[in-house]
Amino acid sequence: MSKNSEFVKFDKVDKSYDGKVLVVKDLNLDISEGEFITMLGPSGSGKTTCLMMLAGFETPTNGEIYLDSNPISNIPPHKRGIGMVFQNYALFPHMTVYENLAFPLKVRKIAKDEIDKKVDKALSMVSLTGFENRMPGQLSGGQQQRVAVARALVFDPAVVLMDEPLGALDKNLRESMQYEIKHIHESIGVTVVYVTHDQGEALTMSNRIAVFNDGKVQQLSSPDKLYEEPVNSFVAEFIGENNTFQGEVSDISNGKCKVKLKEGEIVANPINVKSKGDKTTVSIRPERALINPTKKLDNNYKGKIEEVIYHGDHTRVRLNVLGNSEFILKVPNSSQNLDIKLGNIIDISWNSADARALDPK
Amino acid sequence: MSSETNKILTTDGIPLEESLKKAEKKNKIKAFLLVAPLLLFLIITYVFPIGDMLFRSVDDRMVTNMLPKTFKAMEKWDGKELPDEEVFEAFYLDYKKLVEEKTFGKLATQLNYEKNGFKSILKKLKRKMKKFEEGNYKEQIMEVHKRWANVEYWRALKRRTPAYTYSKYLKGVDMYENEDGKIVQVPEDRRVHKILWVRTIEVAFFVTVLCFLMAYPIAHLLATLPMKYSNLLMICVLLPFWTSLLVRTASWMILLQQQGIVNDFFVWIGLISDDNRPEMMYNKTGTYVAMTQILLPFMVLPLYSVMKTISPSLMRAGKSLGGTPFVAFWKVYFPLTIPGIGAGCLLVFILAIGYYITPALVGGASGTLISNQIAYHMKSTLDWSFASAMGLMLLTGVLVIYWIYNKLVGVDNIKLG
Repeated sequence: MSKNSEFVKFDKVDKSYDGKVLVVKDLNLDISEGEFITMLGPSGSGKTTCLMMLAGFETPTNGEIYLDSNPISNIPPHKRGIGMVFQNYALFPHMTVYENLAFPLKVRKIAKDEIDKKVDKALSMVSLTGFENRMPGQLSGGQQQRVAVARALVFDPAVVLMDEPLGALDKNLRESMQYEIKHIHESIGVTVVYVTHDQGEALTMSNRIAVFNDGKVQQLSSPDKLYEEPVNSFVAEFIGENNTFQGEVSDISNGKCKVKLKEGEIVANPINVKSKGDKTTVSIRPERALINPTKKLDNNYKGKIEEVIYHGDHTRVRLNVLGNSEFILKVPNSSQNLDIKLGNIIDISWNSADARALDPK
Repeated sequence: MSSETNKILTTDGIPLEESLKKAEKKNKIKAFLLVAPLLLFLIITYVFPIGDMLFRSVDDRMVTNMLPKTFKAMEKWDGKELPDEEVFEAFYLDYKKLVEEKTFGKLATQLNYEKNGFKSILKKLKRKMKKFEEGNYKEQIMEVHKRWANVEYWRALKRRTPAYTYSKYLKGVDMYENEDGKIVQVPEDRRVHKILWVRTIEVAFFVTVLCFLMAYPIAHLLATLPMKYSNLLMICVLLPFWTSLLVRTASWMILLQQQGIVNDFFVWIGLISDDNRPEMMYNKTGTYVAMTQILLPFMVLPLYSVMKTISPSLMRAGKSLGGTPFVAFWKVYFPLTIPGIGAGCLLVFILAIGYYITPALVGGASGTLISNQIAYHMKSTLDWSFASAMGLMLLTGVLVIYWIYNKLVGVDNIKLG
C-alpha cells in the first residue's frame, strides 16, 4: 500500500481573526499518511489556529485545506471524521467512561455489540480495561488523558489531532504518556497532528516537527535535523540550548566563513549568510564545544569559568569566551580529571561545522 | 479493653481527641459568636412569625375561653336532641358575663363564621336577657328566638368546643365539617378557593415554562458572547431587575390596556380592527405577560452561572466526534445545564406561586391568585387565622415541591451563582 504523502495538505492558508493581523501567513504544509507531525511553537505563534482550521472550528481566511485530496473548508466539523484530543481533555463529565467512548459510535449508528467491542478494544489500548463505569471526575489526570485519547481513536478516524494534550499533567506522568501515545501511534498507524509548546515532547514523539513562529513555519524537518541543523536563529534558540555570538562576516570561502566579533574572530559554517559584511548570529550547541581537546579543531579559545552549577548527571559551566559571558558548557560527571573550578581558565574548542552562522537576531 | 489501647495519645499523654477538642473549642466559640446575631435575627424575624402563624391558624381558644361553663356542661350532651336545662343555664351565665365585659361582639362574629344567623339571635338574646327570671333558662332562651330551639345551632356551638381546630384548613380547600362531623365540600357555587389554588399552580407552572423558554437562549448568549457584548446584554437583563416592581407592573399596564401601546400598534399594522381591541390585561393574559417579564432574571442568572462553567471545548468535542450540532447540544450541553435549569425553575416557580402585587394590579378578577385571597383576608375580613392557614398551605406546597425536586434532581446539584 503506497502511502499518500499529501494526505493532509495546507495550501496557501491565511488566517486572520480581526482583518488586521494575520495569525497564520501563507501556510503550506503536507502531511503524509500515518505520520506523527508536531506543530511546535511559542504561544500565539498560530499553531493551535492551524489545528482548529483542520478540525473545522475555524475557517481559513484564504487558501484551502485538503484531506485525502478533498477540499474540506466547507465540510462541518462533525462530517470530517477527524478525532481530536483537547487541551483539558473535554471528557463529557455527565457520562461514564463507557458512554464517553460510545458517543462517537452511537452518533454513527453502530450496532450495540459492535460498540461494546470497539470500546473494549480502545480501553485495552490505553490500559484502562475495567474503568467503563467510572465517571471522568473519579479518574486521575493521567487516566482522563487516556480516556480522551481512546475516545479520539475509537471511531477509527483517519487523522487524530492533539492540542497540547499533556499540558496539565505533572512531569513524570507527562513523560510516560509521551511514550504511550507514541506507541499507540506506532501500533495503529494513524496520522497524528500534535500541537505543543514543549520542545522535549516534540523531539521525543514526532516523525517531523513544524516549528511555528509569528504565523509561519520556520522549519519543517525531523527532530534530529531540527536540533543539529537549525536553519535560522529562532529555531536554534527555541529548540534546545544554544550559545550565540553576534558578529559580521569578514570572509567567506570554501564552505567556511570568518565572523568578526567585538573581541576576536571565529570560523563558522555559513548557513544564512551570503557575502562579506552580512550581520550574523553564530550558534553553537553546548555539547559541541569541548574542553581541553585532544585533537586540534579549527576554533580554539580560552575561557574563564564564571559559574559552576551541579545538575546531577552533568555540570553546567558558564564561561566567558570572546567577550560572551553567557557561554554554557555541559560537562559529563564522568570526566573527573578536568579542573573545573571557579576562576580557572580552560581551553575550549569546536569544529567550524558546528558553529552555524545564521541570520542576525 | 481494646478501645482503651487503641486510643491515640499526644506526646504529653492526653488522648488525641480530647486534645483536639480543647484546641478547637476556642475557635468554635468564636465561630458561634460570629453567627449568633444572625441566628437571633432569623429566630426573631423568621422562625417566630412562622410559628405564630402556624399557631394562629389552629388556635380557637378564644371561643373556648369565652364560654367555659357552657362547654363544660355540654360534655355530657350527646348532640342528638336539644340540650337540657343545665347547658342553657351555663350558656346564660357565660353570656351574661360577656355582656357585662362588653366582649360579646367577638363571640357573635366567631359563631357567625360557624353558622350564619348566630349574630342576630345573640344580639336579640342580649336585649331580652335583662328581663330574665331566675331558673328555667331553657324555656326563657327558646322564647327569645325560634332558632334557639333549633338543635343545629347548639351543635354549631358544640363544634367550637376544642381549643384547637383544623376547620380553617378545610375552609381553604372549600370543605367543612358538617353537623354529623363528616368532612364534606361546600356547595358548588361557593367553591372559590379551589379555583384559586388550581389557577395559582397553573399560572406558576406556565410562567416557569415561559421563563425557561425565553431565558435559555439569553443565558446561552450571555455565556458565549465576547465580554464587551455580554456585559451590555447582562445590563439589559439586570436593568429591569433594579427597577421597582411597581414601576414595571405599572408600565405593563400602560402597554397592555385596551387603549395601550400594544393594542395601538396592532391596530396600526392592521392586525386587529380599532373597535375590536382584545383585552390583554385584567385577566390571565396580563398576569402571564407581566409575571414572566418580572421573573425572567431569576431564570437567566442561575442558567448563566452554570453555562459559564461549561467549557466550549465540550461542544467542540461533541462535534469533532461526529455529533451534529443538535446532537452535541442535546447530548452534551443540555444535560450539563440541568443544575441551572433546576435552580431557575425552582426559584421562579416558588416566587410565582406566592406572587401578589402583579396579579393584584394587572390580574383583574380572572387573574388573581391565592396570595391575593390571603391578602384580602388579612386586610378586609380580618380573619387572620384563615389567612394564616392558607399561607401555611402555600408554604407546605412549596416545601413539597422542594422535596420532590430534591428526590428527582438532588438539591446539591442546584447552582444559584
